[in-house]
Amino acid sequence: MAAAAEHRLDPVAALKEAGLAGFVALMLAVPLAGLETVSAPGGLTINTRWDWVAIAVGSVFIGRLLLILWRERGRRRGGPTMDLGIAETLRTAMPILAAAGIAFAVLLPFLPFADRRVLDIGILVMTYIMLGWGLNIVVGLAGLLDLGYVAFYAVGAYSYALLAIHFDLSFWLCLPLAGALAAFFGYLLGFPVLRLRGDYLAIVTLGFGEIIRIILINWYDLTRGPDGISGIPRPSFFGLDFARSPPPDGHTFHTFFGLDFSPLHRIIFLYYLILVLALVTNAFTLRIRRLPVGRAWEALREDEIACRSLGINPRNTKLTAFTLGAMFAGFAGSFFATRQGFISPESFTFIESAIIVAIVVLGGMGSQIGVVVATLVLIAGPELIRELQEFRMLAFGGLMVMIMVWRPRGLLAFRDPTVRLHPPPRRRFGLGRGKAAETGAK
Amino acid sequence: MNPRSEPLGGAPLLQVEHLTMRFGGLVAIGDVSFEATDRKITAIIGPNGAGKTTVFNCLTGFYKPTEGRLTLNHPHKGPFLLERMEGFTIPQKADVARTFQNVRLFPAMSVLENLIIAQHNVLMRASGYTLWGLLGLKRFRQAEAGSVDLCRYWLDRVGLLDRADDDAGNLAYGDQRRLEIARAMCIRPVLLCLDEPAAGLNPRESAELNQLLLAIRDEHKIGILLIEHDMSVVMGISDYIVVLDYGRKIAEGVPEAIRNDPTVIKAYLGEAEEDELPPEVAADLARERASQAEG
Repeated sequence: MAAAAEHRLDPVAALKEAGLAGFVALMLAVPLAGLETVSAPGGLTINTRWDWVAIAVGSVFIGRLLLILWRERGRRRGGPTMDLGIAETLRTAMPILAAAGIAFAVLLPFLPFADRRVLDIGILVMTYIMLGWGLNIVVGLAGLLDLGYVAFYAVGAYSYALLAIHFDLSFWLCLPLAGALAAFFGYLLGFPVLRLRGDYLAIVTLGFGEIIRIILINWYDLTRGPDGISGIPRPSFFGLDFARSPPPDGHTFHTFFGLDFSPLHRIIFLYYLILVLALVTNAFTLRIRRLPVGRAWEALREDEIACRSLGINPRNTKLTAFTLGAMFAGFAGSFFATRQGFISPESFTFIESAIIVAIVVLGGMGSQIGVVVATLVLIAGPELIRELQEFRMLAFGGLMVMIMVWRPRGLLAFRDPTVRLHPPPRRRFGLGRGKAAETGAK
Repeated sequence: MNPRSEPLGGAPLLQVEHLTMRFGGLVAIGDVSFEATDRKITAIIGPNGAGKTTVFNCLTGFYKPTEGRLTLNHPHKGPFLLERMEGFTIPQKADVARTFQNVRLFPAMSVLENLIIAQHNVLMRASGYTLWGLLGLKRFRQAEAGSVDLCRYWLDRVGLLDRADDDAGNLAYGDQRRLEIARAMCIRPVLLCLDEPAAGLNPRESAELNQLLLAIRDEHKIGILLIEHDMSVVMGISDYIVVLDYGRKIAEGVPEAIRNDPTVIKAYLGEAEEDELPPEVAADLARERASQAEG
């Protein structure tokens, strides 16, 4: 009884709290939404929009009140039982979800709504999924916070562009070379950061990312600096180009298969290319997680000192994580170069690294399917809500805050053991939980 | 699981000679020498801050000793000079395992995975440093099945077979302690160093631990080095005891001798006699008493 009284909603305190939030909103809304500069005949004038301010303050005030109510209700209901239920359901549904996701991704180009815009978004999303899966090796499994991941993406992209232009090598030859070069850079970065952890590691990797970008800008002879590299060869379908007119003594893709020319062919080909690359990354990660080196990465994330006491070489373990993670960024980079046909240091700024890290963290560290969901939210989300115009980024930020409030450890944060002694318990209708409670009580 | 042949030439398993560890001006261990014998339990005891854990950290490569020599006479691989080896190679090559005073498991990984990671080096070789493993060759799968069998054996020994697939972080404290010992045994050590294995255990768990350690000594034929505060454990199972105080060895011997040793009793219970105090403090104290008597 006493506990119930303690938790009863206090209307005065609630109003006070909501009023404070409204006041903060007012302070922010007056300059942000209330004042607008318009170009009038005599120069710039300021237009006031007090109705917008009123809407902003009102919605914050009411939203805060609702939040207080919801919080009280949650407290009375007690416990995170709902959340646990969702996690369990997701765990059982995971193989079905994954299969459905892959099937959808494979069929996407043939679905009726798949126009140029949808496919472009698809390619963008798949690229980030691949980058997220690659970074998941470093951040999710090995627990090494890498804020300079985009550097390896850049190395891959420039490797492909320079090799293809200067040595006239084909995409399929450049792909492994770009991956190897990026892996080499990952190895180089690995050495100085071996003794660092946490914040310090993050700072050094951040610096590394910037160093690569600044070298790309300044080494004009090689990289053409800020002008970028244009005219990067497009990939061909086993030697068949996607051009409109065939060369004098050969075929292009559409003449060889007897199709009408469509610019979509190349887009669809690029889409499948990145889909295959991403799925290879995923298969590799899922496999290596079950190998000794993958387990050592996770152990290193959990406790480095315990690892050393078990005879695990921390240096080699960290270096392999950096090297392999960088290799996949290199693959993704060369895909990026061939898709765009033009690259410049502009594409490899810190914000890209931040987005990839956000994908991994938001998805739930180490969760492969979490990366997919987070990419859909972070990359496809802002593309799909372009209608909101200037409020797009506001909505985007709000969404991220909500996810972190709702699921602080990431959207799909759980891991399955890489090896089991007993078959996984049937988690239907509380049966599994009952058994767990039984063993716990023993 | 890993029976061992007779030690060669009767040399002790571990020889610690003139071990000294200084941190700046602080002498954590000063000129300590002792030996640990194969198939025996050697305990290191002493009051808080006596330097027991520092000895362990020197032995297992977490600290580089300032002076001294640490020789491990491996029954199969010959002698190792531990003070010259890089930290992680001591468990890897010289087969010395340790546990920690504050349990250090991999909390987000399952109990079984914790034990499998201890066999990292064996499995790394079997997986051809990842290459054969990636290809899914039979050789690696067989090696992995073999290590799962070893894990199963140790899980059975410490009574955690039912919990094999649960997260190690969700185990009760006593279970975590036993799991850490099982994990150390999974590297197939010749010397097992336990840092306060009975800390935080209730009397029943502590008695079970005694049985487990005696069984490890007798069935697996390895040497155990033990740091412990719990005298029921120390006196109950140790074959030999080394006593440290303020970084110096003050006594060593069999449990009976240590129990009655006056220096040891003094170190543990303390003595309030004035001749033990430094002269200037004693003089101050005398002056204080005199002034009180006058007033």
